[in-house]
Amino acid sequence: MTTVSLAQPEIIQPSRLTLIFRYMRRNKGLAVGLFILLLLVIFTVYGMATADLKHAYPITVKSKQPPSWEFPLGTDFFGRDLYVAMIVGLKETALIGLLAGGLGTMVGVVLGFISAYFGGWLDMIIKGICQILTPIPALLIQIIIAGSLDKRDVTIYTMAFVVVLLAWMGPTLVIRAQVLTMKERQFVSVAKLSGMGDLGIIFSEILPNLLPFIAASFVNQVFYAVFASFYLAVLGLGPLREPLLGNTIWAAQGQSAFFNNWWWWPLFPALALVLVLGSLALINMGMDELANPRVRKTE
Amino acid sequence: MIKLIIRRLLFLITVIWAASTIVFFIPRISQKNPVRERFATLAISGGFSPKDLEVIIASYNTKFGLDKPLFEQYTDYLSSISRFDLGVSYNKYPRTVLELIMDSLPWTIVLLLVTTVLSFVIGNLLGAIAAWPRAPRWLRTFATPFILLQGVPPVLMGVLLLFFIGFKLKLAPLGGAYSTGVIPDWSSLTFIWDVVWHQILPGLALLLGSVGGWTLSMRGMGITIQGEDYVNFAEHKGLGGYTIFKDYYLRNALLPQATGLALALGGVVVSAIVIESQFGLPGIGRVLDAAIRSNDFLVIYGVVLFVTIAVATLMVLMEFIYPLLDPRIRNE
Repeated sequence: MTTVSLAQPEIIQPSRLTLIFRYMRRNKGLAVGLFILLLLVIFTVYGMATADLKHAYPITVKSKQPPSWEFPLGTDFFGRDLYVAMIVGLKETALIGLLAGGLGTMVGVVLGFISAYFGGWLDMIIKGICQILTPIPALLIQIIIAGSLDKRDVTIYTMAFVVVLLAWMGPTLVIRAQVLTMKERQFVSVAKLSGMGDLGIIFSEILPNLLPFIAASFVNQVFYAVFASFYLAVLGLGPLREPLLGNTIWAAQGQSAFFNNWWWWPLFPALALVLVLGSLALINMGMDELANPRVRKTE
Repeated sequence: MIKLIIRRLLFLITVIWAASTIVFFIPRISQKNPVRERFATLAISGGFSPKDLEVIIASYNTKFGLDKPLFEQYTDYLSSISRFDLGVSYNKYPRTVLELIMDSLPWTIVLLLVTTVLSFVIGNLLGAIAAWPRAPRWLRTFATPFILLQGVPPVLMGVLLLFFIGFKLKLAPLGGAYSTGVIPDWSSLTFIWDVVWHQILPGLALLLGSVGGWTLSMRGMGITIQGEDYVNFAEHKGLGGYTIFKDYYLRNALLPQATGLALALGGVVVSAIVIESQFGLPGIGRVLDAAIRSNDFLVIYGVVLFVTIAVATLMVLMEFIYPLLDPRIRNE
């Protein structure tokens, strides 16, 4: 608690930064999540700038070396430096997450808007498709899609695409529900009566009010995309050449790493993924609180 | 009520149809020909000439009906699914996909049932206690580590458990369904104990990965219910803390959780499949893993379709059970 000096009569509006810091102190999950994510970004960027990225690929270093000064995280059976592999893997995980998360949210926002704002048979179709697809486990369908692709064709981008194909229903339903309530608010009626067009109302009246929900659903989508791509990779359906974190764990399992005493091989990628997913989950919970003021804690 | 059942059944059929259609068309959009690919790999190892190969492929295409027009293939496929015929394995040829699934299904069902029930019970109890203001402080903070673990998928939990418990402490085996060299004999207790012993780590991985979700949602539910008038009234009537906790608080908070059980099922099944392939357990997961490694397409499609239909059916069934739990819906 800060002490307020009573000598100053005029109210000083705290700067934006202080307000953000104050909010973070209340919303500890968000703060811790963002902090871990920041550390991961710094690690990756620093590594990208300093390490020789070629060593993330097979037969570039001595194989099966335990962690040492030369190889901080050891090397694997195929002769990859696992420290460099982790840097490249984190970058690629971030790429898939942002790409698939961004695309999924975008599709969700567009479809949710169309569905809720225009209603009628369009709404029936979009809502119906979402409801039918929801009970189908998306990860299983993604296994089919990824399994039907030629192994040589699978890249980071196809992975992101496969993930996004079945990941837009969640945001669509969330945004649809929000637009439905927003549509009935008075400021929208006022805008309509004053002769504003549909596009004008969507972009300048409804969209700005939806931003917290869109942001929350984006974080949710990124978490889901990282999660889904990890599951695909750990089943051996990822881009096999790339040192994606899930791929490294899959390769380690394929060579029975624990039986052969190469414990460092699957362990470090797993810990890195725990940090990535954990920080995203914390941010996700924090964003929920930000987007739903009803569950927001008071000081 | 009958109208509701018919509507739900129609919905279930639509879901199954949608899933089958997706599973049918996606592989055909990509230009991969499973029969050709299979025989191409065979041709590399075995010695037949390319000309023979074309003949063999053509005869296989006729046999599996792959030379018919697409629409006819689609209707054939739908009718075979309605007869529970999922095709045959390319890799273990005379065996059908359904046989492979049925052989491995008991393993998966036992693993899923035990872990889901345990995680539902433990998670909900922890969550309810965490939100219960009269519970002792140390008991309430007990839920926190589980909530933090909630973001960690069970498969990663599996890697961590393998390292710390299996590899470092050597307290549990590193994989497999039973010790190598043991002859399966379900009548001997030592063998059954050996199997249970090998299921502990994968079960624990699934359990720890899913308890947190229940804890978190139950805690939220508990906090809302505490403010309800009937809880206050029960307190003023002078009812004991345990009675209020059990009959007024837990009972009402559990209802929405039961719906959540159906929704969570899809994710848990996929996790169990990956965990099984990770630990080398002889469940559906290993069938799928082996099929992916050997490009055995019909098995991949069959397993995915089977699990999808099973999950969708269970979800709809859960909705039928729900009125039994909630008297308010039952009387309508």
